[in-house]
Amino acid sequence: MYSQEHKEFLKKRKKRKILITLTQLLILILLIIIWELLAKYEIINTFISSSPSKIINTIMDLYKTNNLFKHIWITIYETILSFGLGTILGIIIAVILWWNNFLYKVLDPYLTVINSLPKVALGPIIIIYFGANINSIIIMALLISVIITIITVYNGFTETDINKINLLKSFKATKWQILKMAILPSSYSTIISSLKINISMSLIGVIMGEFLVSKEGIGYLIMYGSQVFNLNLVISGIIILMIVSILMYKIVSYIEKILIKKD
Amino acid sequence: MINTSKNSNDILVIKNLTKIYHNKEGETLAIKDLNLNIKEGEFVAIVGPSGCGKSTLLSILCNLEDKSAGNIIFPKKEVKLGYMLQEDTLFPWLNILDNCLLGLKVQKKVTKENKDNVLKLLNTYGLKDFIKKYPNNLSGGMRQRVALIRTLATNPDILLLDEAFSALDYQTRLAVSDDVWKIIKKEKKTTIMITHDIAEAISMADRVIVLTNRPSKVKKIYNIEMTNSSSPINNRKCPEFSKYYDLIWKDIDIHV
Repeated sequence: MYSQEHKEFLKKRKKRKILITLTQLLILILLIIIWELLAKYEIINTFISSSPSKIINTIMDLYKTNNLFKHIWITIYETILSFGLGTILGIIIAVILWWNNFLYKVLDPYLTVINSLPKVALGPIIIIYFGANINSIIIMALLISVIITIITVYNGFTETDINKINLLKSFKATKWQILKMAILPSSYSTIISSLKINISMSLIGVIMGEFLVSKEGIGYLIMYGSQVFNLNLVISGIIILMIVSILMYKIVSYIEKILIKKD
Repeated sequence: MINTSKNSNDILVIKNLTKIYHNKEGETLAIKDLNLNIKEGEFVAIVGPSGCGKSTLLSILCNLEDKSAGNIIFPKKEVKLGYMLQEDTLFPWLNILDNCLLGLKVQKKVTKENKDNVLKLLNTYGLKDFIKKYPNNLSGGMRQRVALIRTLATNPDILLLDEAFSALDYQTRLAVSDDVWKIIKKEKKTTIMITHDIAEAISMADRVIVLTNRPSKVKKIYNIEMTNSSSPINNRKCPEFSKYYDLIWKDIDIHV
């Protein structure tokens, strides 16, 4: 059993945690109330700043016309697709670069340049090559997520303990066996944590893509809203996006937790 | 003292081994014309000043590095080598049994017979209850024992120990080296051990080979003969121990 002092300590800790959460909620609620009141008494112009009640109405309208979940779904679908493709392609390319050091040395400066280039600049080219459709959005998101995956995973590979590789070599292991038995398992946690970066990167790419080309999705809602000067729609879109991105991040974090626990 | 003639009992003969390292700044002669015979069943310790190329020698024997010149001859037959590195290098994501089977797995020799042999070794050396555990649940000494069994699993003819105990603290080190020595003697393995620890070399080995500074070759060979020789820890108490220690200390000629 714990000592009295330890019980006190745990109690205090719990209390503090609750207090922090409550304060966080309070700030949010206060902000919403102030925003609503300022809008109600016309201290701020709702045409530009919208208001919580108008946002709720907009979201309800979207829901009633059956468009809300269609837009959310299309964005999630695009994100997951580019996230999956980016992760798999990234890992495969990282393996190829690890396998062939000459190739890595040759490609290194190109990777650095592509990585530092803001991919949105490639938007116009992508649209011309792949058309104003979902393909361009996927390619945009893929470009963003795949480069960072290659770099993170490759670095993970090179950090593998040289002794483990030497040990396998002393058993006369083939390169494939070294990859399978030492490199991949010891980079496991690097790969898993790159997933978390990747989901955010993919979402950024998808929204950027939707801004440029799409006719549906959350990015489209925001872009369309701004074009017709409907700030209610713009801010509703941003709030929906916030919720979606937090949810996806949390899901990936949860998956990460489960996968890492096995170690 | 240096005997390069073919002896019928030799399992390994190293002839005029030379190793040169190349890099941008130039080349370094690490080993020059090193000659050495290893007899079957003996425990040989190689000591020398730090950076003299002791580990290079083992790396070359294991084919981890290429030699520049010279010959490595196995007079009787092709022999299998088992390499035990500095630190235990257990794979944290594999359980103890799978760690021990690693070498066999690489060589695609996980047969029922070999697996039983590994289980027997684990059993004999007190690791039976740990085969499903992971390396981070084990003490330093146990981990070292697992590493040794992993090496023994492939049934090597010669064991190569490369500073195998240097990552351990002093007390553990004494106990583990005693432990490992007993296992090696029981399994009757020819062993070449690289160490910078003179006391460890004298207490464990049948012969101690002293290497010169870089470029290294054999400086002196001592046949260790102790009265009442038994296990390494006891050997440290033998009257001859300090005599050998002084001689080898002078040979290595350490300047700080």
